[in-house]
Amino acid sequence: MMTFFTENSSDILLKTWEHFYISMIALALGVIIAVPIGILLSKSKFISKIVLSITSVLQTVPSLALLAIMIPLFGVGKVPAVIALCIYSLLPILNNTFIGMRSVNANTKGAGVAMGMTTIQSVLLVELPLAFPVIMSGIRLSAVYVISWATLASYIGAGGLGDFIFNGLNLYKPELIIGGAIIVTLLALLADFLLSKLEKWVTPKGLRIEGGRAS
Amino acid sequence: MLKIENLTKIYRGGKVAVDKLNLDIQEGEFIAFIGTSGSGKTTALRMINRMVEPTSGKITLDGKDLTKMNAVTLRRSIGYVIQQIGLMPHMTIRDNITLVQKLLKWSKEKKDETASRLIELVNLPQSYLDFYPAQLSGGQQQRIGVLRALAANQDIILMDEPFGALDPITRDTLQDLIKDIQQRLNKTIIFVTHDMDEAIKLADRIAIMHEGKLIQFDTPDNILAAPANDFVKEFIGSHRLIQQKPNVKTVDEVMIKPISITIEKSLDEAIRLMVEKRVDTLFVTDGDNRLQGYLDVESFTGARKTKRSVSECYEKDVFYVKTGSKLQDSVRRILKRNLKNIPVVDDENRLVGLVTRANIVDIVYDTIWGDEEPMVSSEEQNGSEGSKELIGG
Repeated sequence: MMTFFTENSSDILLKTWEHFYISMIALALGVIIAVPIGILLSKSKFISKIVLSITSVLQTVPSLALLAIMIPLFGVGKVPAVIALCIYSLLPILNNTFIGMRSVNANTKGAGVAMGMTTIQSVLLVELPLAFPVIMSGIRLSAVYVISWATLASYIGAGGLGDFIFNGLNLYKPELIIGGAIIVTLLALLADFLLSKLEKWVTPKGLRIEGGRAS
Repeated sequence: MLKIENLTKIYRGGKVAVDKLNLDIQEGEFIAFIGTSGSGKTTALRMINRMVEPTSGKITLDGKDLTKMNAVTLRRSIGYVIQQIGLMPHMTIRDNITLVQKLLKWSKEKKDETASRLIELVNLPQSYLDFYPAQLSGGQQQRIGVLRALAANQDIILMDEPFGALDPITRDTLQDLIKDIQQRLNKTIIFVTHDMDEAIKLADRIAIMHEGKLIQFDTPDNILAAPANDFVKEFIGSHRLIQQKPNVKTVDEVMIKPISITIEKSLDEAIRLMVEKRVDTLFVTDGDNRLQGYLDVESFTGARKTKRSVSECYEKDVFYVKTGSKLQDSVRRILKRNLKNIPVVDDENRLVGLVTRANIVDIVYDTIWGDEEPMVSSEEQNGSEGSKELIGG
């Protein structure tokens, strides 16, 4: 097992980096697409039902099949992999953005409107900051998903840690499979940890204070 | 100033929430909308800042038709306080107070100045400006809620059961505070409540609503003296009508002369005065006889060795009533706060009299036993406390 890590150390670093940036680009695109849509959806109950059911259906398409579908559309390589992973990351982020925006206390929102906020001001000054913790947990969930699914992206030639696992399968070398899996898991845990730090950091200070009253 | 004509709100489904409401509100008036739930009082209030759009009718402010104004601009010019407080949990107290100013794009200096000036108004320390709402108690939060409605110099303030969720003592304090602010800053306040005591205490005029219709709109005294119909009578409650009947007494009729001391005197002089007049409380005044605070036996404990003058050890927190206020209110306040006595001041805060528990016993005695010679002694009145209380002579 250790020989796997020592013999392939340079290769491991390269593949890990590849794996990481494919996942992060997919995730970033997912955030850029899903958060604004989630905000818009929270303003309309009817459309939100339609859109959320469409994204849930997309989520049920087997990941390998989705990657395979990408080949006739975008060819092989990193681009189709990123697109497929991005589609996967949409639902948790979209869902959490929608729920987060919806769960903002109606009195708080109402007070904002009564003070004379426009809809945009209400979203930017009140709803979004208060929904941030929920949105961030959606992003964390997506990050873990995307990193583990990016393993399959090697199947359509995107590279990444999946290469070790598929090689291991083809050459019947269990240490390649296990080694690749361990690194993917570690990467997912690391991403989750970093994002949880980010989540703490972006949570408005007033929300972190619990009850502790000043005397 | 604010004129409401034929204001009607019919919700989808045909429920008439407010039916042809007509009101004429003067500048600086304190108006209470009162009624049972579902009477349309909140809907009527929310139509003024267009949180609810009227079905028909007109609201004009100094001749301007509010229903034709931009709703956002209108809301920024009218203060609004709600029962659930609705402070922004992610903003500091400073940002919460100056929220409307921020929307109006006032400069930072002006906002900071307003925040520190206003927080004084509700007796909270400056350090609270950097706190978050979660660090404050409910009563403190609602004080901030009130300030938020004042920050951009709004002339009209709408309040939707603002003190409904607070405990009785806090509510009482805030009621006094809001009445004081309203009179000092000459604001027009329209207030929704279902608590008749609150309405009587605060309002200049009360609008009693029932099933969307205005039943009676008059001063508290007139409503108590002449309820428009049985509904109003029932709503006010028989106990208040009885209370109201005997000749309404004001504090001026019963108050006695207080013993006061000016602020620059020494403690020795204060003690000598107390012994001489046989009282346990001295009211501290400045050279103009303006009430500054009080000095009682407790203020001396331990202080005598280190402090020499009255100004060093008198209590600044003193509850008082204005001349001309109803005796009933003063009694309620003495009992609620467990005060021994309450000083009476005139409009310029000059000490003019004192109402003590002994006075009140006299009055109760008078009303019950009429003209018989009252056998009032302080032992009777303070029997439960077991000590002889000597107040104000």
